[in-house]
Amino acid sequence: MVGSKKFNFLWIAFFLGPGLVGFTIFVLIPIVTSLYISFTEWDLLNSPVFIGLGNYQTLIADPDFWMSLKNTVFFILGYLPSVMAIGLGIALLLNSKLKARTFFRGVYFLPVVTSWVAVSLVWSWLFNPVYGLINYFLSLVGVTGPNWLTDPKTAMIAIIITSVWKDIGFIMVLYLGGLQNISPSLYEAASIDGANELNKFWKITLPMLQPTTFFVVMISLINSFQVFDQVNVMTGGGPGNATNVLVQNIYQSAFNFFEMGYAAAMSWALFIIIFSVSILQMWGERRTKI
Amino acid sequence: MNFFKKITAIGTALSLSLVLVACGSGDQPSPDGSGSDTPPAENVEINYFSFSANPDYETQLNDMVAAFEAENPGIKVKLELAPYDSYFTKLQTLLAGGTPPDVYEMNYENFVSYAAKDVLLDLSELVASDSIDLSKVNETAFKAYQYQGKQYGMTEAFSNVVTFYNKDLFDKAGIEYPTAEWTWKDEVEAAKKITDAANGVYGTYSPVTMNEFFKVLAQNGGSIYDADGKLTINAAKNVEALQYMVDLVLTDKVTPTPAEMSGQESGDLFLNGKLGMVHTGIWMFGSFKDAPFQWDIQVEAGNTNKATHFFANGLVVDKNTANAEAAYKFAKFMSVGAAAAQIRVDNSWELPISTDQTILDAYLSQTPPSNRQAVFDSLNYLVLPPVTDNWAKLSSDADAEFQKVLLGEETPQEALDILQAKYE
Repeated sequence: MVGSKKFNFLWIAFFLGPGLVGFTIFVLIPIVTSLYISFTEWDLLNSPVFIGLGNYQTLIADPDFWMSLKNTVFFILGYLPSVMAIGLGIALLLNSKLKARTFFRGVYFLPVVTSWVAVSLVWSWLFNPVYGLINYFLSLVGVTGPNWLTDPKTAMIAIIITSVWKDIGFIMVLYLGGLQNISPSLYEAASIDGANELNKFWKITLPMLQPTTFFVVMISLINSFQVFDQVNVMTGGGPGNATNVLVQNIYQSAFNFFEMGYAAAMSWALFIIIFSVSILQMWGERRTKI
Repeated sequence: MNFFKKITAIGTALSLSLVLVACGSGDQPSPDGSGSDTPPAENVEINYFSFSANPDYETQLNDMVAAFEAENPGIKVKLELAPYDSYFTKLQTLLAGGTPPDVYEMNYENFVSYAAKDVLLDLSELVASDSIDLSKVNETAFKAYQYQGKQYGMTEAFSNVVTFYNKDLFDKAGIEYPTAEWTWKDEVEAAKKITDAANGVYGTYSPVTMNEFFKVLAQNGGSIYDADGKLTINAAKNVEALQYMVDLVLTDKVTPTPAEMSGQESGDLFLNGKLGMVHTGIWMFGSFKDAPFQWDIQVEAGNTNKATHFFANGLVVDKNTANAEAAYKFAKFMSVGAAAAQIRVDNSWELPISTDQTILDAYLSQTPPSNRQAVFDSLNYLVLPPVTDNWAKLSSDADAEFQKVLLGEETPQEALDILQAKYE
C-alpha cells in the first residue's frame, strides 16, 4: 500500500489537517464573515441589519475616509524610500569587511523583534518637546526643536522616523541576503576593466539586487498600508486628524463608535487597494523584465 | 502570514462574536421586568462587571460585596473588573457574544445609548414594589438612570467638577481666593496675575474638549441642541464659549498649550505647584491630599449662568438575565444601601446618592479641602451631557476640530460651522 495514491492522500490530510482547521477558523471564516458584515449595519448589541451596498456608498462620499487614505499615502511616500535607502546603505556597510559586523547586524535587527507598543512609547518620550532627548540634542547645536507629536506639521514625520528606525533592520537582512548572492567574479571583472566603486554599485550591485528590491517594495508597501500600532500609541490619530491613517480610522469606527458594518466595509476597501497596488506592481515588474 | 494576520485582525474579532451571537441567543429565558422566571433566591451567583473600582478602589468594592453577601445569604457576587479605557469594548463584546454579566456598571453617557438599544432590564416595577424612600436620596442623581420615564438603572454614585485652587499661589500673587460668585472675567484676571511663564506657572487649566465645551457653553447660556432636538452647535453663544476657552490658551496665555503640557496630566501640574487653578473632578481629592501646599475648592465660575459637570455611575441589569431579582437586589444595595454609602464616604470614593445627614457629615468633616460644601453647592448648577446616538462620534470629531483651533488652523466659528454642517 505504501506509495499508493490513497495512502499519500491520507498522509497529506493528516499533516495538513491541524493547520487547515486553524486557518479555517481564524482566517477563512472571519474573512468571509467580515465580507457579510460589510453589507450590514451592526452595533454589536442588536442583530446586524442587511443594507446592501449602503456602507460602500457612505464610504465613497465620506471625507474622513479619503482624509485617512491621504494620510496613509503621505506616510508611505515618506516611509518607503527612506527605509529602503537606509536599509540598503546599512546592508552595504555590514557586507564589507567590518570589524564586529555580526554584532552590528544584531544591533540593527533588534528593533525588528521589539514590540511595537514598547517602541512607540519610548519614541513618544524621545519626541517630548520639553523633556525629550531629540530636542535636547537639537538644542545643543542651537536649534529649537519642533513640538513633534503635538504639531500637525511634524506629527506624521515623527511617526515615519519611528517606523523607519524599527524596520531598517528587516530591510537590511533582506538586502544582505541579496548582496551575498552576487558573484564576486562580477566585481573582479569590473575592477580589471577599471571601474570605480560608484560604477560597480550602479552597474552591478543595484541591477543584481532587482529581485530583492521587488520583494522589499512589495512587503513594505503591504505593511505600510496597514500602519496602525505606532499611530494609535503615539498620537491616536491627532493632532486634529493629521495622523489619522486608514487602519486607525477603521479601529475607531469599530471599537469607539461601534459601527461594525462600516468598519468592515473600510477593511475591504483597504484590501482592494492593497490588492490592486500589488497587482500593478507585479505587472510592472514583469514588463520591465521583457 | 503577517499580511493575512493584520488584514483580518478586525474581521476575526467581528466574526467570532457573530458566531457567538448565533450560539448564545436562543437558549435564554427572558423575564419581562417582573423577574417571574427567577428561581427562589437561594444559592444564586450573579456576575458583576465594573470599571470604577479599577485600579484604586478594589478593596472597597470587595468590602461592599462582602457587606451585601452578609445581608443576603444565598446570593454570591462574582466580580470582574476592567479599566475604563477598555471596559466598554469588553462589555460590548460580552453582550454580542451572548454572555453578558447579570449586572454591570454604566456611566451616564453610555447609559442613554444602551437604554435606547433595548438591552437593559426595565426596573420600574421592582423599584415601585420596593420601599425605596426617595426623600433620602438625591433625586437628580437617582433619576439620571431613567429613560423615557422608566427606571433602567440604579445610580450608585456621582461626582462633579469644581475649581481646585492653590492657596499659596494666590497668596504669592496677592489676590483674593475664588468665591462662589466668580465669573469668567474674575477667573481670567486672577489667572493673569498668577501666570509666571518664566517659571512654567500657569493661572488656570481646563481641557479644550467636547466634554468641557458642553459645560462652558451652558455657563454662557448656550446649548448644543435646541428644544426641538435640532443641532445648534454653531450658535453665537456657543462660538463665544469656545472663543473664551481658546483665548485662555492663545491670547491670555494663562493656560498651557498642548505642546507646553507635553504629555503631562493637569493633576500632576497642579500637584507640582505649576497651576493656580484647575477644573477637575472631586475624584482628585485623594491624589491631592498630600500636596505640599494649601489648597481648597470652589464652585466653578460662570458667565451669564452657572453650570457644572455631573457624572453619575449606575448599575444596570441585563435584559435576559436568569437572576433578575438577585441582580436587582445587588444594584439596589450599591445604590441606596447604607453600608455601601458608608464605605464610599469613608474612602472619598465619589459621593453616594444618599442624603442621610449622618453619612454626609462624615464626608463634610474630612479635609482637605475645607470647603467641601462647594461639592453640594455645585449640584444646583449641574448640566448633563446632551447624549444622542452619535454622541461618541460627534465628541471625537469636535475634539479633533478643537485641536486645530488651538493650533491656529481654524477659528472657533469655522470649527463649529464644520461640525454643524457635518452633523446637521
